[in-house]
Amino acid sequence: MIEIQDIYKTFGDNEVLKGITATFEAGKNNLIIGGSGSGKTTLLKCIVGLHEPTKGKVIFNGEDFTAMNFEERVPIRKQIGMLFQNSALFDSMTVEENIIFPLNLFTDMSKSEKLDRANFCLERVNLKDKNKLFPSELSGGMKKRVGIARAIAMEPKYLFVDEPNSGLDPKTSIVIDELINELTQEYKITTVIVTHDMNSVMGIGDHIIFLHQGKKAWEGTNKDIAHTDNQELNDFVFASKFTQAAKEKL
Amino acid sequence: MFTTLGKYILLIRLSFKKPEKFSVYWGEIMREMVSIGIGSMGIISIISVFIGAVATIQVAFQLASPLVPRSIAGSISRDSTILEFSPTISALVLAGRVGSSIASQIGTMRVTEQIDALEIMGVNAPGYLIAPKIFAGIIMVPMLVIYSMVLGILGGYLACAITGDIATTDYVMGLRDGFQPIIIQVALVKAFFYGFIITSICAYQGFYTSGGALEVGQSATTGVVYSCIFILFADLIITSAML
Repeated sequence: MIEIQDIYKTFGDNEVLKGITATFEAGKNNLIIGGSGSGKTTLLKCIVGLHEPTKGKVIFNGEDFTAMNFEERVPIRKQIGMLFQNSALFDSMTVEENIIFPLNLFTDMSKSEKLDRANFCLERVNLKDKNKLFPSELSGGMKKRVGIARAIAMEPKYLFVDEPNSGLDPKTSIVIDELINELTQEYKITTVIVTHDMNSVMGIGDHIIFLHQGKKAWEGTNKDIAHTDNQELNDFVFASKFTQAAKEKL
Repeated sequence: MFTTLGKYILLIRLSFKKPEKFSVYWGEIMREMVSIGIGSMGIISIISVFIGAVATIQVAFQLASPLVPRSIAGSISRDSTILEFSPTISALVLAGRVGSSIASQIGTMRVTEQIDALEIMGVNAPGYLIAPKIFAGIIMVPMLVIYSMVLGILGGYLACAITGDIATTDYVMGLRDGFQPIIIQVALVKAFFYGFIITSICAYQGFYTSGGALEVGQSATTGVVYSCIFILFADLIITSAML
């Protein structure tokens, strides 16, 4: 479980996050949604420690992450897997080397054990036999899947996902969403996903927080969204004529 | 300026923190040594031979007097090649070849979130990315400079043989006359510092890149320019301190 308490983040004079509090439970897909510039990615970066919050706390299973220095954070970081918006695979390494990389640094596994683990992770994301390809030889969807395979290599307790469907076609987006959902349920991972993709929201949104102008404007599940009277959320979710028509049918 | 200096010092300090696993870092050092050393041998060979040849021909031209022994051209050519041309010109060329590669490689990793990915995993990103490059630089640049000295002197010999301005026997005699071993020490001390300057400054520029492809190019350019300036500055300080 991850708790964030009263998170503020300021860049110069620009206050991006304004007192956000939320709890993300294990075994659930926790979605952070909101329009462009609402502070979603900044919040995610504050949670994982890529940005330091100006004020507030991030607590991983009772441990105050924000109060720790780099060395103290390492044990928690080893339990974190993250899928970046552009996958962030290491260009100079093959798919297999990307997955083995954290195992090389943080485990005493033998070479064959590491290879077995890499093969298992690749099979889990349906990318068997792609071990020797370089990231430049992969499609966008395959890169995302390799990113997921690398993120789960260390058997993480926490999975963070930044815009998993950006740049992907709808069908591949669903595959990625289902994969994240399966992994979350199977390994009881605390998954936090930043997205503005409404298919993801409606498909796997067990717990959703909606950010508007740096504040938490709404919190609920995907089942609650269609019936909310929150104006900002309605404007965001039902922005297109298609979604408005779908809402009227509900 | 003081902010930049402070950030640079902090980054270098972070780079030399205890590695997560020595074997992984050792592999990186080896890879960087191949990239910097073997990868630069071609360009160093070409410039060394030509500069050695040109230096010898010019010295022979300037000392064309019956009062000056012909062998002096070999001595002057040797000293200028070992003391200045091989270390400093090689370093300026390496700043362009190796420095721009380091800055753009690390800069690209920054803008494509690969450095963030390292940090999320709990890896000390400066240590993993910068320290192996610095170690490789301070080992391989002196080795390249030794290689350059040999080729520079050989270039001078070839110039004598081809142009006939000086007899090769006079050139070889000049090379042997009045040789002071300290000039090799001075050249290697220079090369050591140049290796550090090129790798650390360019790595710093790459590490703090923000934006996109345009900024990566700007970081590479800035890294090379600052490296060249600091190489010349270090050249002056080391020369005046050691000679």
